[in-house]
Amino acid sequence: MAATAALPNASRERRRPTKWGNPLTYVLALAVAAVSIAPVLYVILGGFRTTGQIASKPAGLPNPWVWHTYANVVSQPKFWDELFNSTLIAVFTTLAVAILGVCAAFVLARYQFRGREGVYTYFTIGLLFPAAAGILPLYLLLRDLSLANTYVGVILPQVAFQLPITIVILRPFLAAFPLELEDAAAIDGASRLGFFWRILLPLTRPALVTVAVLAFVASWNSFLLPLMVLQNESLHTLPLGVQNFSAEHSQDTASILAFTSLAMMPALLFFSFAERQIVGGLQGAVKG
Amino acid sequence: MTATEPSLAGRATARPARPRPAGPSRAARTRRKWYEIIGLTGPALIVFTVFVLAPMGFAVYYSLYKWSGYGWPTDFRGLDNYIGPYGAFRDPIFLDALRNNAIILVGSLVIQGPLALGIALLLNRRFRGRAVFRLLAFVPYVLAPVTVGIMWQLILLRGGTVDSMLTGIGLGSLITGWLANLHVVIWTMLFILTWQYTGFALILFLAGMANIPEELTEAAAIDGASWWQTQRHVTLPLLGSTIRIWMFLSMIGSLQVFDVIWVASTPAVRSLGATNTMATYMVDHGFNQREWGYGNAVAVILFVISFIAALLFQRFVLRRDIEGAQTRRVS
Repeated sequence: MAATAALPNASRERRRPTKWGNPLTYVLALAVAAVSIAPVLYVILGGFRTTGQIASKPAGLPNPWVWHTYANVVSQPKFWDELFNSTLIAVFTTLAVAILGVCAAFVLARYQFRGREGVYTYFTIGLLFPAAAGILPLYLLLRDLSLANTYVGVILPQVAFQLPITIVILRPFLAAFPLELEDAAAIDGASRLGFFWRILLPLTRPALVTVAVLAFVASWNSFLLPLMVLQNESLHTLPLGVQNFSAEHSQDTASILAFTSLAMMPALLFFSFAERQIVGGLQGAVKG
Repeated sequence: MTATEPSLAGRATARPARPRPAGPSRAARTRRKWYEIIGLTGPALIVFTVFVLAPMGFAVYYSLYKWSGYGWPTDFRGLDNYIGPYGAFRDPIFLDALRNNAIILVGSLVIQGPLALGIALLLNRRFRGRAVFRLLAFVPYVLAPVTVGIMWQLILLRGGTVDSMLTGIGLGSLITGWLANLHVVIWTMLFILTWQYTGFALILFLAGMANIPEELTEAAAIDGASWWQTQRHVTLPLLGSTIRIWMFLSMIGSLQVFDVIWVASTPAVRSLGATNTMATYMVDHGFNQREWGYGNAVAVILFVISFIAALLFQRFVLRRDIEGAQTRRVS
């Protein structure tokens, strides 16, 4: 199936090879790329310089290259703890968003019942105001539920924030499968849930990957919620760690640069692998 | 609640179901359908209600009290936290925060939109290496806002990289306290936000352009339209709904800006009102200074402003786009 589908695609690609663009295109594209990544490169390279080098020649290159700043950061257990906390929270947020989101979107897409549009609209209210607005009472709520200073106290609210966009992306995707598919499954003896589990879910994988990637990135970069909920330093995530580190080492610019660039590495790597899903998913969202 | 979800689905699939006509009675089927509806939407509804909507309700209640956050609020003050002599609308620092949010909102729309549109038109052309350029242009958007804030803080340091580059090209006279001059610092923040979030507009616009059938642009080209005419009369009009959705998301995002401001401007600069936004002001007062009643009043103001802006935008700008999505029924 996959092989036969790939063939016509490949021949179509060959029929229209990508041309070199005109020079102006490249000049402009290079300018855009430079503005986008020059600051990032500065941070990464800055980690290879000493604070003295940076102070005497702020815009220079490493000379000589210094490795021990990065080595120092990597040898700190705190950095690895924060990496672990970020990863754990992001993974569980992503799993919960995908599971809860796809179940709700399935019902909202494929069941006929009274109040369905009402439930959908109810979820979309979450898109009409910023999550930050509720952060103070949310913190009080989490404190009263004894969820302050717990992973769950960050994960559950993040899942809740992410559900509206997840459902908005998944519902049209699930609704687009023809009814005949469901009927065929019923004739073959599948219940509605069997149809969902065995047929629809595998077909939904591209959209699921998209919402998962969006949830993961949102969780990974999240700052305000962990800032309030996680006051215990051993639970801190990387964004909190970056802020702590820059406050504690304010005189040591090179170390801050090294720590910051190591903290942004995972997100950059993850994004370069998942770019297609992010862009593809937003494409679906834009379509309505 | 969360844990029952997968097992429920699993158990149901294990049961051999029959084709509908020969199945259980109509009433039993209806009952089972409702179990499924409640079982599958219930967890999401509960999590969403408890952690997104309920807190807003509490905020309204708390905002009517003077409250240190411990025990149950008892010191009822009515609307004092909003319009009393020490209420938010009488505090010049809060009014500064409102102004700063307005600057960020308008600045984001008028700078990021055209900028991202231009870059999207450029990176939507077919040329070798396009994918790499796109990836690089998206980079600022994927970085954590905190990282971005700290990064620019270091670059803009007095006597730092930017200053020495300006001196290098003979513009040394422009140098100012990018992060300290109270009249300049909000524009520095706007610059940092623009650097980061133009990539988001770009992703959306490129996604919207990918949805435009190639036949249309090809047909225009065959009819003799130049590249620019094709973009102007085919691509841009078809991108309308994407642009409107981006405007909406950008607007909501601008109203809740927190991370970049929090880390890139010092508390002193913030507390003088130079860079405060509603969100940073709210956290400063509610969380750091334990004025929970007052902080919640600010939260309610932020909520109401966003909600009204969102509804007006939906009513007058987004209506066409939303209608399309809502009239799509599952037959």
